[in-house]
Amino acid sequence: MSSPHATTIGILGAGRVGTALARQAMKAGYRVRIATTQSAADNALLVEIVTPGAVAVQASEAAASDLVVLAIPLHKYRTLNPLDLTGRIVIDAMNYWAPVDGVFDDFESDSRTTSEVVESFLTGARVVKSLNHIGYHELEEDDKPAGDASRRALALAGDDAAAKSFVSHFIDRLGYDAVDAGPLAAGRSFQPATEIFTGSHTANQLVALIQKDRPLADAA
Amino acid sequence: MENTLEIGAYSFGDTQLNPDGSSRSTAEAIRNLFDAIVLADKAGLDYFGIGEHHTVSMPASSPGAIIAAAAAATTRIKLGSAASIIGTDDPVRVFQQFATADAISGGGRIEITAGRGSSVETFPLFGYELDDYDELYAQKLDLLLTLNTSATENVTWSGSARPSIPQLDVVPRPVQGSMPIWIATGGSAPSSARAGRLGLPLAYAIIGGQPHRFAPLADLYRQSAKQAGHTDDNIKVSVATFGLVAPTKKEAVERMYPGWVNLNVEMGRLRGWPAPQRSSYLAQVDAPSAYFVGDPDDVAERIVALHGHLGHMRHFLQGDHGGLPQEHLLESITLLATEVKPRVERLLAAK
Repeated sequence: MSSPHATTIGILGAGRVGTALARQAMKAGYRVRIATTQSAADNALLVEIVTPGAVAVQASEAAASDLVVLAIPLHKYRTLNPLDLTGRIVIDAMNYWAPVDGVFDDFESDSRTTSEVVESFLTGARVVKSLNHIGYHELEEDDKPAGDASRRALALAGDDAAAKSFVSHFIDRLGYDAVDAGPLAAGRSFQPATEIFTGSHTANQLVALIQKDRPLADAA
Repeated sequence: MENTLEIGAYSFGDTQLNPDGSSRSTAEAIRNLFDAIVLADKAGLDYFGIGEHHTVSMPASSPGAIIAAAAAATTRIKLGSAASIIGTDDPVRVFQQFATADAISGGGRIEITAGRGSSVETFPLFGYELDDYDELYAQKLDLLLTLNTSATENVTWSGSARPSIPQLDVVPRPVQGSMPIWIATGGSAPSSARAGRLGLPLAYAIIGGQPHRFAPLADLYRQSAKQAGHTDDNIKVSVATFGLVAPTKKEAVERMYPGWVNLNVEMGRLRGWPAPQRSSYLAQVDAPSAYFVGDPDDVAERIVALHGHLGHMRHFLQGDHGGLPQEHLLESITLLATEVKPRVERLLAAK
């Protein structure tokens, strides 16, 4: 794994999740680019004040980063450009949140997890589901050094082993233990309204909760 | 940065509970809210914000109606919506109701705050699709602002979110020509920047986390306004938080807790949250956390400390949820006006 200083993180979305993540990634030493559906120029002031040190870029430029995080409202996922994200390691940090965002047929009529629906749309992207089950202000408050017995853990799920390894390292640098829940479909165990989603857990607790859902045979 | 601070309260209505936990009437909750506003005015509170929610536990569905009634029964207090869910309402009717209240009030103390609200029960109730939300909100805000800034009764507006208005009269006009129109936000950076570009005052609802972390957002709002050429008195920030004042901190913390549990149980049922824990409540009742629950010294000191970060010109509290006994709300309002407000003034003057 290369040093974080050489690694670029592209964040799509400048809402509460995207900006908190940008600050936490910079705290870990990463170079951060932020983009929204607005132009880079329109976001320049926002990025300068709210995530100082990050760079406002166009969405295509944010997508051309070593790691891309999707931090837009899930129901707007079709505004993403699949061509930009082909071959990219992409963290899906989005959630289906019907009580707040409304009911959407894309997710209601599909029995797959939301991240699988997103992956089908982003043909060729190496999607890892993670960072969706920690509150945006907790992300900047709950981090602890590696080895701390009370360190909080975050789950990840995906079908690309190399992508998951990259994301695990990223999560560790952010100040959290990474727990591999298995293939992308296993992300069901940490979607909204699950015990993992609504709580805060150490790695051991998280592993136990994931195993309650399914055997952890293929997990790291 | 403002160096004075208006102190206020806000409420969505709070239906009282029977000893067995069942709900008392929603009509009683509205009457209680009215009584609380009248008391707040007599006690000298600066501001009262109302609604809009549409649930049995929080029944203040019609801020315009409550504000019109309160306008007739009060003399000094500023009255506003907190917030009006304009995406699912007709901005013409919202404007007319508040302009009517403004006329009744004598003029100059009625405000509209436009917002999305924290829940979405108005969408099925009024037959709107949530996925239209952004477009509905943008167009309806544009219409509301067009009405408010119109030089005469005769208004022209076109859009797709409601029928266009071809040179039609919209009456009454506000006594002073226009009313303050605020934008409410839970604190996303893009919405702060947008409010600044529009040159509208911004109301932050801060219901968790650490409120001083909103400082960069308030800065972004002010810089965005400046960049867009807005430098007038309209560029100002208010802050709404949970909070309750009692003679002692211990009493305040104990008084707000049962209602907090009820609120979180109800929200949890809708959103799949686990049972609320007393420890997570207690983690939020002291500085620098989000619940302004305490005795007058504690609450005043925390409001002034936050002012050092945000430079807000108004801070208003909501403590009545989940069936807070009405006498505890009334005592909190009295203490806010008579004990917290003068302390805030002294602390600010000493800065």
